[in-house]
Amino acid sequence: MLEILNVSGLATIQDPGRMGWRKFGVPVSGPMDPLALRAANLLAGNTTGAAVIEIGAGEIELRALQDCVIATAGAGFSCSVNVWDFPLWDSCFVRAGWKIQLNRSGFGMWAYLAVAGGFEVQEILGSRSTYLRGKFGGRDGRLLQAGDLLRSGEPARPLMDLAARSMQAQARPLYGENPTLDVIPGPQMDRFDDKNMEIFLSNSYKASHSSDRMGYRLAGPRLAHIGSADLTSEGLTMGAVQVPADGQPIVMMADCATAGGYPKIAAVISADLPLLAQCTPGRDSVHCQETTVQAAQEKYRALMERIMNGIVPFQGSDFA
Amino acid sequence: MKASLVPFGDSALLVKFGDEIDLSTNQRVQALDALLSANPHQGFIESVPAYATLLVIYDPLIVTHTQVSDWVRMEMERSLEGLSRKPRRIRVPVRYGGEDLDFVALYHHMSTREVVRIHTSREYTVYMMGFTPGFAYLGKLDDAIATPRLATPRTRVEAGSVGIAGAQTGIYPIASPGGWRILGRTSLQLFDLAADPPFLFSPGDLVSFVSEGIDA
Repeated sequence: MLEILNVSGLATIQDPGRMGWRKFGVPVSGPMDPLALRAANLLAGNTTGAAVIEIGAGEIELRALQDCVIATAGAGFSCSVNVWDFPLWDSCFVRAGWKIQLNRSGFGMWAYLAVAGGFEVQEILGSRSTYLRGKFGGRDGRLLQAGDLLRSGEPARPLMDLAARSMQAQARPLYGENPTLDVIPGPQMDRFDDKNMEIFLSNSYKASHSSDRMGYRLAGPRLAHIGSADLTSEGLTMGAVQVPADGQPIVMMADCATAGGYPKIAAVISADLPLLAQCTPGRDSVHCQETTVQAAQEKYRALMERIMNGIVPFQGSDFA
Repeated sequence: MKASLVPFGDSALLVKFGDEIDLSTNQRVQALDALLSANPHQGFIESVPAYATLLVIYDPLIVTHTQVSDWVRMEMERSLEGLSRKPRRIRVPVRYGGEDLDFVALYHHMSTREVVRIHTSREYTVYMMGFTPGFAYLGKLDDAIATPRLATPRTRVEAGSVGIAGAQTGIYPIASPGGWRILGRTSLQLFDLAADPPFLFSPGDLVSFVSEGIDA
């Protein structure tokens, strides 16, 4: 069991997301950076479906109420346990009574804290993910707050086997400022002519301040539609790039609605969504380049394979 | 129109049956949704039926786009006629007299009683769900009372509000912002996590409104 002592920003319980209910209008929710969530669970010896803490735009301090192993991943934070500092993408043993802190540090927006055994909150519609707007999932459908006690399940292996492990640097996503994102054009290619596709692919678009868990708004050269900007509503997924009437693209993120009525010029590929998620709104710009579905799926499988095979004994610092 | 399959990123594909709001098109969408869900391919996650399209979502770590396309095409070669599940009929009691009932009556130069008579006089199909959990898009509304959305959406529409927008009608399952014209309220709960199933409606269901009176 862990107790939250202090917390600010967007701290929620998330698992890979609420699948199977989109046809009833229930968003997936789940992590902004799915690869980091998966890595944190792997380091903690959990199944990939276990629930973790996601923290963004704030900081969190917890106290362990029993001996446990924690693991972290993501970007933009550093971790300290008792008197030691650890980079993210490590697991470590935490003795009962020790404090754990995740503090803002360097490039990035979202970090994940897993505990061996996973956080145990009630499953709602088959998932432990928090859906803030719907006020359900995670901890009573709300942000985590000071005083919350979070119970964990049974670790998969003895704690000492799970502690002091790292994800190799070369296995992690290549996070960085102003990333280039691979995108797959469509599905509304008939709503954008070659000239506007060229504008979208040859310019940088800045992540705007009005970005959140639902979507990242991009600001840059205006994109014009062929005909109207209205579309008969159809299903949406994370990564879809909608272009409303104002011509400024919006990339759908974890809490996006299940359907939308704006034409989509492209979709950001799964392997590169973490690079976008970790951009700082108001500071970072993205540049999109075209790829194919086949190349995107191969890139995603390769990245996932590196993460699945990337665990090594603790290396003590962030050297590659 | 012949259906087409287009990639939607690297983990979904979109089956387009058309681009209009049309009952026979929507029935083909619902039929394919039922077919895919009943015989899921390995790596299939879920499908999302909309007015004229079906979004098929899969796990690219398990299957490729080509495998999913082949599967969907093969399933589509089966007859989609008569394959949708039997729709349920749901009657929704409504206390009319919502914020916009007077406006809708004025807009169409008729009495509020006439608006209510027209709204309750046909059976609507759940074309799709979305917007918020449990929100059902019902159609088609009689042209005689079809009314544009509010120019500026309200920041809060109460749960149970029955509204119209263009040729659609619907009910707000939870309090949320919204721009539909509100005609009345129902006491039915559309979304209840304690219930099984938690949603009153499913895509394809048939819904009719029953007046419980008109408040002045």
